[in-house]
Amino acid sequence: MSSAAFVVIAILTLAAALAAATLQKLMHAALSFALAFVGIAAFFFLLGAEFVGLVQVFVYIGAVAVLIVFTILLTRRDVEKDRGFNWSGVVVAIAVFGGLIWAILKTRSVSIAAPEIPALTVERIGQVLMTGYIWPLLCVGLLLTAALIGALILVMEEKR
Amino acid sequence: MIGSLDQIFIRAKQLLLAPLGGAPDWVMQIASSLINIFALLGVFLTLFALISVLERKILGRMQNRYGPNRVGPFGLFQPVADGIKMLIKEDIVPTRADKIVHFLAPILIAATAVLALGVIPYGRNMTPFAIDSGILFFFAVGSTTELAVFMAGWGSNNKFSMLGAMRAIAQMISYELPLIITVLPVVMVVGALSPDRIVAAQGGYAFGFAPCWFVFTPWGAAAFILFFVSGLVESNRTPFDVPEGESEIVAGHMTEYSGFKYATFFMAEYIGMFAISGLGITLFLGGWHAPMRGLEFIPSYLWFFAKLSALLFVYIWLRGTLPRTRVDQIMNFAWKFMLPMAFTCVIAAAVWHYAGRGFAGWLWSLGVIAVVYFILSIFLETRKKFAPRTYRFAE
Repeated sequence: MSSAAFVVIAILTLAAALAAATLQKLMHAALSFALAFVGIAAFFFLLGAEFVGLVQVFVYIGAVAVLIVFTILLTRRDVEKDRGFNWSGVVVAIAVFGGLIWAILKTRSVSIAAPEIPALTVERIGQVLMTGYIWPLLCVGLLLTAALIGALILVMEEKR
Repeated sequence: MIGSLDQIFIRAKQLLLAPLGGAPDWVMQIASSLINIFALLGVFLTLFALISVLERKILGRMQNRYGPNRVGPFGLFQPVADGIKMLIKEDIVPTRADKIVHFLAPILIAATAVLALGVIPYGRNMTPFAIDSGILFFFAVGSTTELAVFMAGWGSNNKFSMLGAMRAIAQMISYELPLIITVLPVVMVVGALSPDRIVAAQGGYAFGFAPCWFVFTPWGAAAFILFFVSGLVESNRTPFDVPEGESEIVAGHMTEYSGFKYATFFMAEYIGMFAISGLGITLFLGGWHAPMRGLEFIPSYLWFFAKLSALLFVYIWLRGTLPRTRVDQIMNFAWKFMLPMAFTCVIAAAVWHYAGRGFAGWLWSLGVIAVVYFILSIFLETRKKFAPRTYRFAE
């Protein structure tokens, strides 16, 4: 059951990612990218990480995808013409792919017996965040507050 | 007898599933989910049809006219006529529109609206999909609506559509913050993101008669009002319906939609309204709990739908009463008033909890909210705002 679901979701996610990379219209590419995000969220659900999956949808569809889409809308007119083939991109892609393959082949065995982990509930995540990871959490909060204030200052009306 | 009437739908589902007795687990799961989905769609599409005609009747009454009264008794078959009209209307797609995006937008918006209904407890043991972080699921699904609205606006390739979509997304993003932050105190106090546990925490009675609903605590009342206003904005209802302000930008992101696609948008809007009211009931109004011990013999789902009807009536009442607000007023209200008040609710709930959840905590949290409210009303200078509007760029 879950392996069949895995295959279906994997095909959909990969197809969406491929479409995001190849589609001519930038807006279509951005929307397929959002679909790929949904596929990744589905993987999290399949793994039983409900909370992470929901946050994935929440952050990446609700915020990041909307941000990308608006950036495209506000920054460029429809560029329809083909801008030629980008060879440097191919080089980078091959380098990354080669690096990953090298790392995978170098790993002796990936079939490590998974340890028994209790079900990951929101309560446990909350407790761990509030006890063991309180400093990273506070740092992230501080960073986000700084970003928020920065955004406010950027759009603030100048006093005349 | 009482219990069996309360659980009648659970029994019916078990009866339906009984023939599948020996089937493997996943077949049972799929069958059970399908039953839930069909029940949800059946109930809420019927409710949509009913509300669409009731809204017109109530608005008619408020505006001193009759409302629809030609089709069937009291005009009750009006939605059937409307549905047939919408189905057989020509579906017009603009030549310059992006066909795929234009086609997908109504589907996405309706799908997300229906998905959000799935996690709300409608009665005792009657949560269609009881997931551990149901509240988060509700908002995760709801945040997808923004993308759908954008797709509708951009796919139509029309200035009015795009402007409407921009307005809709601006106000949705702004009010999503107070909406989610007003949910936080409830989640904090209960200690769970699961709607079932939130409803369970509101059972029982204080002093033997007063129901323990969160709306009866000061932070709960303030949070409920903020939640309700944010819900109005999220479902694009009057007085916050600038995205489709018909006197300004035709119909906003729905300008280029006709026939059944327009009906789908319309339906999604109403279902979104049901979902947000249902969540408000779950969080603050005690879910399916009865308001008095003596009234517990009435089945739990009837209580839920009674509360839902009351909230929907308030929605319609507001639509009949209030004029449309301006875009800048909506934004100012969100960031300068709603957001600070929402954070205050979180603090007030914490004060209530640490003062022992009793009468002392009740007074303390009321004090916190009152102090912030008065400070805000002084700083925002609500009185001297009646000056001619100045335009920054359009002079």
